[in-house]
Amino acid sequence: MSVEQTTTVATVDRRARGKLLRRLDGKVSPYLYIAPFFVVFGIFGLFPLGYTAYISLTDRNLLSPVSHVIGLHNYALLIHDSYFWNAVENTFGIWFLSTVPQLALALLIAHVLNTRLRVRTFFRMAVLLPQVTSLVAVALIFTQMFGHDYGFVNWLLGLVGIHHVYWEAGRFSSWAALSVMVIWRWTGYNALIYLAAMQSIPEELYEAAAVDGARRWRQFLHVTVPSLRPTIIFTVIISTIGGLQLFTEPYLFQPRTSGGTGGSARQYQTIVMYLYEKFLGSSQFKFGYAAAIAWCLVLLIVLFGLVNYLVVGRIRSAET
Amino acid sequence: MDVRNSWRRRKTVLAATILTAAVAALGILASGASAARHANITLTIDVFGDFGYHDLYKQYEKSHPGITIKEDTEDYAPHHTGLVQHLATGAGADDVVAIEVGYIAQFAAQPQNFVDLRDYGAKSVKSRYPAWKYDQAVAPNGSVIGLGTDVGSLGICYRTDLFAKAGLPTDPATLGKMWSTWSKFLAVGKTFQKKMGSKSKFIDSGSNLYNAIIGQANPAYYSKSGEVIAATNPKVKQAWNLTMKAISLGEDKGLTAFAADWNAGFKKGTFATVTCPAWMMGYIQGQAPNTKGKWNIAPVPGGGGSWGGSFLAVTKQSSHPQEAADLVKFLTSPASELYVFKHTGNLPSELPVLKSKAVQDFKNPFFSNAPVGAIFAGSAMKLKPQILGPHQGDFQTAASNAIQRVEQHKQSPAKSWQQFLKDVANAG
Repeated sequence: MSVEQTTTVATVDRRARGKLLRRLDGKVSPYLYIAPFFVVFGIFGLFPLGYTAYISLTDRNLLSPVSHVIGLHNYALLIHDSYFWNAVENTFGIWFLSTVPQLALALLIAHVLNTRLRVRTFFRMAVLLPQVTSLVAVALIFTQMFGHDYGFVNWLLGLVGIHHVYWEAGRFSSWAALSVMVIWRWTGYNALIYLAAMQSIPEELYEAAAVDGARRWRQFLHVTVPSLRPTIIFTVIISTIGGLQLFTEPYLFQPRTSGGTGGSARQYQTIVMYLYEKFLGSSQFKFGYAAAIAWCLVLLIVLFGLVNYLVVGRIRSAET
Repeated sequence: MDVRNSWRRRKTVLAATILTAAVAALGILASGASAARHANITLTIDVFGDFGYHDLYKQYEKSHPGITIKEDTEDYAPHHTGLVQHLATGAGADDVVAIEVGYIAQFAAQPQNFVDLRDYGAKSVKSRYPAWKYDQAVAPNGSVIGLGTDVGSLGICYRTDLFAKAGLPTDPATLGKMWSTWSKFLAVGKTFQKKMGSKSKFIDSGSNLYNAIIGQANPAYYSKSGEVIAATNPKVKQAWNLTMKAISLGEDKGLTAFAADWNAGFKKGTFATVTCPAWMMGYIQGQAPNTKGKWNIAPVPGGGGSWGGSFLAVTKQSSHPQEAADLVKFLTSPASELYVFKHTGNLPSELPVLKSKAVQDFKNPFFSNAPVGAIFAGSAMKLKPQILGPHQGDFQTAASNAIQRVEQHKQSPAKSWQQFLKDVANAG
């Protein structure tokens, strides 16, 4: 009896423990499974972010061994720094010039690739080729092409009677040259994203539209684009984040003697280039000030991303 | 059976792994121990561009068994900014590092990061150097952070074929006399331009001209006490005015050094002269091998001049300061400097080498057999040293940008000068 009892108690006990473990397993293990990402993100993402925020409140300079907390002084200086606002203006200008044509072009390419083309897979892979090209190679080759005296683009323009555009020197012309680089590299990537989304649009919608008498162009405008709304929002946000951090192209576009100023009159110095100039590009090594620029850039991206979200959100949704 | 077998196999694998790891760890320990015993030392040296040292390393490794030399090389700017980071964070610097003259003042201001070469016999080589070259690497507290490698003394490289077309003399001695000063140089340019029109310009780049002129001024941007005097020093304004004059006379092609159009210009002859430090000879030969024999080199207006020149330093992070210092002494020895000059073109900085027959008689067939050794050595010995400061490089960039704004018709000279002064004031 007593032996039996103990066995029962033990069984019950074991069963309860098993239940508890199972419940714990159900509750805890999902967190454990996703933990690696968050641990890595914490170390390489969150910590640098926080540390940069702290540095931005100091006068840390790589050349001096000591630094002091100076509160928001760096930010106060930044607000009155005309070169910073010039960089902001350039960044937004280049972003606009590159993103709008890029996404429009990507939509069109995706639309074409979505039709029954011959060797469709080849074309679909081909649009991705610029993406696998090294960014440095792209920037260097385009910089040569936009050369003043012996550039390919000027040679082409010379054939139609336009002579020697000084791409690098002008404000708008340098923005245009840089935008071409960005467009060339990113259009295919966005086109593939659009293409993937297009393939999930139900065929019936097109059939219904065709029955209603809509030609291809109208189908594109009234079926495809509204159905792609979430995807378009995604690409706009992604290219906003990427575009506002533009650095490599303009950095390699400038003459080697410029030291990160982005042209003689800073005509194409982007925000990240200005950050770089303050930190490493010149002999100033103003770590604290550069950190403040970095945080202002974060704020700008968040703000601008929200604005874009609202603007693009005005595309009529497919559901309504 | 099957299951047990696989478990056993797994156990064996595990054991093997642990054993391998242990052996590897022991191996590392053992090799570390033997390194100490046999003095197997790897010295790392960090340079920028081409210092022409590869054969010298081999020679040194042969005469110093147990020493291996590993060179890292980078571009000019990332090399120096990388060094700043390595020193600031206390890790990552090589045993021996090259420092260019544009950065030497900045690094000399932090002697705590470098081995004081006085402890390793720097005093005994002091007399070999021009005083200014030696002093540039002396920290305010007197410690010697580096020894000089080359100097970038200037000549004027010019295209004899274009000069002949413009009806100008083509031999270096006559030209050297014709342009003894910079305003006379611009006058020669005026004659050149009258004949050549816009096909070829006399000068490649306003910034290069300006840098050559300002390089002869002392003081230029910094006063003896270390104050920034760019705004008030008449020598700076004078260099600026001469450059503006060259632009307004239409003698300036308005290119930027090292850009694609500048490189192409050597081949196509879009400019007839370029201010030429010794290391530029190699650059021109690389860019325009087909122009062999069309170039010559004349003395620079205003006497001496300088563009570039470097030092070798030993960082405090080195765990072999004695061996590293010995290597620096070897690489900066007269024999090594002469070797580099003959093979790479970098001009020696030591007086006995500059005066030696080997340098004085050296001719370069690419440059119409010009006596380049005598020209560059002469310019180096005439060079008046300049007081340098930590933001030298920023001022240079600001000046280059200011000159380009005028060349690109973006600003009037007066407005551009105002912005230059503003940039200088903000650099500190």
